[in-house]
Amino acid sequence: MTKYRVNKTKYIDQTKTVSFNFDGKSYHGFEGDTLASALLSNGVHLVGRSFKYHRPRGIMSCGSEEPNAICQIHEDTDLTEPNVRATEIELYEGLKASSQNCWPSVNFDIGGINNFISQFIPAGFYYKTFMWPKSFWKKIYEPLIRMSAGLGKSPTKPDPELYDHKHVHCDVLIIGGGISGIIASKIAAKNNLKTILIEDKNILGGSTIYQKNENYKINNNYSSEWLDQEIAELKKLDNLTIKTRTSLAAYHSYNYLLAKENISDHLPLDKRNVGIRQRLWKIRADKVIVAAGAIERPLVFNNNDRPGIMLSNSVKKYLDFYGVSCGFNNVIFTNNDSAYETAVSLKEKGISVEMIDIRKKSNSKIVKNAEQLGVKINWNSTVVNTFGLRKINSVEIMNLSEDGSNVVGDKNKINCDCLAISGGWTPMVHMHTQSGGKLDFREIDQTFIPNEIDKNHINIGSCNGDFEIEEIINNTNKKVKNFLKVSETEFDNISVLNSKELDKRNIWLLPNFISEGKCKSFIDFQNDSTANDIKLALREGFKSIEHVKRYTTTGMATDQGKLSNMHALGIIADTAGVKIGTLGTTTFRPPFTPLTFGSIVGRSVGNFFDITRKTSIHEWHIQNRAKFENVGQWKRPWYYPINDEGLHNAVQRESKAARDSAGILDASTLGKIDIQGTDASEFLNRVYTNAWSKLGIGKCRYGLMLNEDGMVYDDGVTTRLGENHYLMTTTTGGAANVLSKLEDYLQTEWPELDVYLTSVTDHYSTASICGPNSKKILKKIFPDKDFSDDAFPHMSYQNDKIDEINCRIMRISFTGELSYEINIESKYGKSLWEKCIEAGKEFKITPYGTETMHLLRAEKGFIIVGQDTDGTMTPIDLQMDWIVSKKKYDFIGKRSLYRSDTIREDRKQLVGLLTDDPNEILEEGAQIVSDMSKKPIEMIGHVTSSYFSPNLNKSIALAVVKSGKKMYGQKLIVPMENKNINVTVSDSVFSR
Amino acid sequence: MFLINCPYCGERDQSEFSCGGEAHIIRPKQPTELSDDQWAEYLFMRKNIKGVQFERWNHAHGCRKWFNMVRDTSNDKIHAVYKMGEKPPVE
Repeated sequence: MTKYRVNKTKYIDQTKTVSFNFDGKSYHGFEGDTLASALLSNGVHLVGRSFKYHRPRGIMSCGSEEPNAICQIHEDTDLTEPNVRATEIELYEGLKASSQNCWPSVNFDIGGINNFISQFIPAGFYYKTFMWPKSFWKKIYEPLIRMSAGLGKSPTKPDPELYDHKHVHCDVLIIGGGISGIIASKIAAKNNLKTILIEDKNILGGSTIYQKNENYKINNNYSSEWLDQEIAELKKLDNLTIKTRTSLAAYHSYNYLLAKENISDHLPLDKRNVGIRQRLWKIRADKVIVAAGAIERPLVFNNNDRPGIMLSNSVKKYLDFYGVSCGFNNVIFTNNDSAYETAVSLKEKGISVEMIDIRKKSNSKIVKNAEQLGVKINWNSTVVNTFGLRKINSVEIMNLSEDGSNVVGDKNKINCDCLAISGGWTPMVHMHTQSGGKLDFREIDQTFIPNEIDKNHINIGSCNGDFEIEEIINNTNKKVKNFLKVSETEFDNISVLNSKELDKRNIWLLPNFISEGKCKSFIDFQNDSTANDIKLALREGFKSIEHVKRYTTTGMATDQGKLSNMHALGIIADTAGVKIGTLGTTTFRPPFTPLTFGSIVGRSVGNFFDITRKTSIHEWHIQNRAKFENVGQWKRPWYYPINDEGLHNAVQRESKAARDSAGILDASTLGKIDIQGTDASEFLNRVYTNAWSKLGIGKCRYGLMLNEDGMVYDDGVTTRLGENHYLMTTTTGGAANVLSKLEDYLQTEWPELDVYLTSVTDHYSTASICGPNSKKILKKIFPDKDFSDDAFPHMSYQNDKIDEINCRIMRISFTGELSYEINIESKYGKSLWEKCIEAGKEFKITPYGTETMHLLRAEKGFIIVGQDTDGTMTPIDLQMDWIVSKKKYDFIGKRSLYRSDTIREDRKQLVGLLTDDPNEILEEGAQIVSDMSKKPIEMIGHVTSSYFSPNLNKSIALAVVKSGKKMYGQKLIVPMENKNINVTVSDSVFSR
Repeated sequence: MFLINCPYCGERDQSEFSCGGEAHIIRPKQPTELSDDQWAEYLFMRKNIKGVQFERWNHAHGCRKWFNMVRDTSNDKIHAVYKMGEKPPVE
């Protein structure tokens, strides 16, 4: 046993030694310890350096509010994790942790120089300094800031661990397993309600579970003993699920909550490969009871951040729960009674303690108890300075003036090795506000407490502002009974004894004889913001709490200001001379404590990140070594390299083959919508720009669809299969959106139309065969069919059969070449494809991918929606006036085509670009300029598609250029990083 | 995350729905007879108020029906859900 482990408790198994490593040094702790308690048991307080000034910092608390003791754990590059609170890591054999934000070591840190120049780096320093000269930003300021910024290191390899999600419903969810949460759970479960209790620690009981004090008794037992029995009974209840090591992350509206369960984080690494590391619970609860507790406030005084300065109740927990004394010569600095419980606990174990209390007196039982034990109390006093470089060694105190605004009298120095501070309690109202709840300000103890209007959740215990055990038990019982509509409970007649606090005094920023500018009174320990920073922000004109917060970064660290927000508010209110209640609070946003990315994404990683859609011909593509391209969720063959052919050579070969003999494309991914109903023709008339009424049965027509704002939305060929039956095709990526849009219009604007829409994209596979020999290939597959132009003209379709299987043959073309598409039920897609390949063998039929398809259509000047358009192009801009009906009274987007903005002649318009050097291929996305001399250079457009055409033997590109229609023959420039490329504007149809 | 009472399917999680913006904006029957300003009023102008708002919602991952919803944007309380074509509740 180390010398700081002074107390035996049932929560620490002193027969089971656990060895661990911190900052390269080996230590021992016991089973039941946290990393923080184990370090303290070895006398280690200094665990990190502060973010901005690199001041030495020590463990301050025992929970999730910890601002200083944040560590990097694990050494492996795949498992390492930054910003883990030492107060929350359960100790396990072999744990490796190190401090952050210091170099070369936590004891000697170069960045500590910042502390000495701190006067020159006040709030807003970065905003003010790194503004000028502008040219310094990229090369000097940014690398410098990046080097010094950030906490800890990210893993550099993929996370090997498994994470899980679980969806649950329950009648009652109780957040927090302290005394009030336990009472509420028992009432709920005993009244046949399906109840879930979550608690972030590994055991239930909160701070009552280690409370053994004569002044706090329930039914004549120590409150801890009474609670122990309650917990034992609770665990036997049927309707109750108890989840420990589970912390609430977010409380969304309609009682939808997220909670993270740690499953294996407390196990040694070699015992972890058993499954899931963390599970995110997604809970929809009928009723929610928040029993999240309260967090002790620090006090704000000069040099209040040295290692060895800790929250008073944490000192008590380390002693009574972990058996560790944080010091042997303790000073407690307080403004309230709760700190006296710590003093009594210390004194009862024979450890020296002296009190400094800013109040003038207190006559409560617990204070009397401390006095009887011989604890010296310095009333009406404040700490004005602290000393000790790597750990506190003494404090200097002075008396307060009558109104508390100043200090009077002489300084008095007290030696100590631990300073416990207590500034009162802040209810954890985060959950309440996350759910949309409002807060009221309670003047008497300067707390924000929940204002409950929502009928579906309540707050109980100290998060509701009930701090004394008697009011906790009675109010909890009363509120839960009312909330769950229960008439009587076992808690109705309980005798509770507790010390009542009668005297209160609060001073947000304690006065000092040292001038304000020379004091370092920290508010936000993790982000190193001080009372001075807040005052500076106010002097510089920031008024809103939200602005002050962002300017000073108070409350913006990984602890989200759990310890600092109230003091920031208090100091702003005092300085501005207003009441806190009128300032409001900053917004509490989820997550309450940081979540791992792993728990958020769960199983949706790697192949499960998104759905992958494959056509029925996919296997063939793989066997034929296709390279794939993602189009929406689809995997489409991009090109089919032969041997070590690259993209360029493969595309040149495929394109040539398609124009010279025959090519085949898997077109199954195009969206297909089956449209039926007596008003189907009228419907198409309204959604496409061109006319549909006169399309004969068996004919196909290309259609262009606009948004109501006149911009091109989608395009595709629609075939009339029957009198009241059409098959619409859409772009691959736009299919789902087009269907939604059509459904929207049908249901909301035109419910009178008799039209039914069904997505059949996945139902049919499509092989598209193009090239001069395509007709011969089709003839081999369908020997009885007449493929003459008269019998089977362009833009028509016919039904047929392959081996008794129905199929549709469409003579339509996206390449400008003679071309046929065969549609067949998806399950026969691969055999259809193989039949086509077999029939095409003698013509050297060449499978081609999307890249060749894009090239072939570009030669003909056909657009691709989404590549040559971007939601700002009208059909007129695309020079597709021919497809916009002048006769139709209305269609979606028609009215917008002659708005003052859409008829502007200097809009960007689609044109062709030919490079002066026919071998130069432009980059898609490159900017286009006409005049390089006028600065700033005006960019008049950009390249949308660019290829080398093997059929035309030159480079071709499509581009959108301002007033492009009028520029045919004009020379323009495409400036690139190393050169300017000269181009000539041409028609967008390169080959007729 | 709301719980939305789809008028066709009943209570479902918000993740099954998508919001389609302000409700009760009727597409003009004769767009070509409108001035640019009148057309722009229909096309672009949407209220986005803090308070009770009438919205279109679609049960996209369910029955795919569109319906209307009255929601208070300040606290996400859903006051009413009703089918397309039905009159909005008065108060």
